[in-house]
Amino acid sequence: MSMIQIENVSKWYGDFQVLTDCSTHVNPGEVVVVCGPSGSGKSTLIRCVNGLEAIQQGRIVVNGTALSDPTTNLSKLRAQVGMVFQNFELFPHMSVTDNLTIAQIKVLGRSTAEALARGLAMLDRVGLKAQASKFPGALSGGQQQRVAIARALAMDPICMLFDESTSALDPEMVNEVLDVMVELATEGMTMMCVTHEMGFARKVADRVIFMDHGRIVDDASKDDFFGTPRAERAKLFLSKILQH
Amino acid sequence: MEQFDWTSIPGALPILADGMLITLEITATAILVGILWGTVLALARLSGNRPLAWLAAAYVNLFRAVPLVMVILWFYLIVPTLLQRWLGVSQSSDIRMISALVAFALFESAYYAEIIRAGVQSVPKGQVDAAFALGMPYHLTMRLVVLPQAFRNMLPLLLTQAIILFQDTSLVYVIGLADFFGAAYKVGDRDGRLVELLLFAGAVYFILCFGASLLVRQLQKKYST
Repeated sequence: MSMIQIENVSKWYGDFQVLTDCSTHVNPGEVVVVCGPSGSGKSTLIRCVNGLEAIQQGRIVVNGTALSDPTTNLSKLRAQVGMVFQNFELFPHMSVTDNLTIAQIKVLGRSTAEALARGLAMLDRVGLKAQASKFPGALSGGQQQRVAIARALAMDPICMLFDESTSALDPEMVNEVLDVMVELATEGMTMMCVTHEMGFARKVADRVIFMDHGRIVDDASKDDFFGTPRAERAKLFLSKILQH
Repeated sequence: MEQFDWTSIPGALPILADGMLITLEITATAILVGILWGTVLALARLSGNRPLAWLAAAYVNLFRAVPLVMVILWFYLIVPTLLQRWLGVSQSSDIRMISALVAFALFESAYYAEIIRAGVQSVPKGQVDAAFALGMPYHLTMRLVVLPQAFRNMLPLLLTQAIILFQDTSLVYVIGLADFFGAAYKVGDRDGRLVELLLFAGAVYFILCFGASLLVRQLQKKYST
């Protein structure tokens, strides 16, 4: 069974159709990279996976639970799905420690001690144990994003969604975040990543999905995608992005 | 023009202090209820629920479009009747205080609701996404993530509104309640020293409000850095 199943999903903002009949899946342990030009709907698609955006047609099933099922507790499902955003979105009024523990305590019902132990372990994992008592505003962008990843991991997610998680970073900070993501991938985390980092895709992706104008125009294994992209648009995109 | 005569002020200080107590009581109640009820109104107005949002908007627009003096009078005329009918409370001077408290709390809520609405909207949408993505339901998202940031952003506005409210409490003179202004007026009228007493009351209002506004400005500076 797929961890994430996306079936014939369409979405409109008013009259404008942002997603058209998108179907794909992510298997357990698989790393799937979603790429495409800006405005192609890739961020919208990944935001639909944990219900941050509603869909008007089709079906999304995460770990056997259909999002559109009226009996589905969306909050409960989201607590199992980690998400990392382009702009980090750490809570600026809380220390790093509180950022790491608050959802564990308030959502998962863990004890403060348990949450703290788990949170600090994840912080250590992203190499930032020394920053525990600081506030997000005192950290660099790369550090903030690593804390955000640790915050998501502390919830013990069954899969992780990365929405352009390195796009807002200064170039010298991109790698420290990518390193964490690569490590996660090699450890077997199920990941769906919207990214322009083709180096990352080459290194760890199992499959690459290429989107254009709200459609999935290519969905191929990494080797096939980089070897012989089937869609004309994907070829053009790759030639532009891999030029340098 | 005859000389000012301030001699009646020292003896009137206990009465004036009692008046100040009433002024502060109304101000504090209106701030407390105003912020709580205003938060509910603001969240209702921002909620996706159409009827709820409409009701909250109607409430806010109604109170903001009517002079405070009239609201105070209306409640003075309505509240005692209601209290009598529902609770069997007898009509006495205490009812005036209750009706003033209710009027101010409900009236100020409308203004606080608009400040709080702007405060909530000042929190980036991504913060809500992040809280939702961590599995927080709506009420936790608001309580733990959005409102703390919103209140921090709007603290200067809330305090400024509190200063305006403090001055506006003097309007309870229309229902004969002896707040600080009312007490000053009564003493002045009694002793034939109305000008002196009102000058004195004005000076007290000025010192308190101007001092408070200086504090707010400092707070603003501290938070903007």
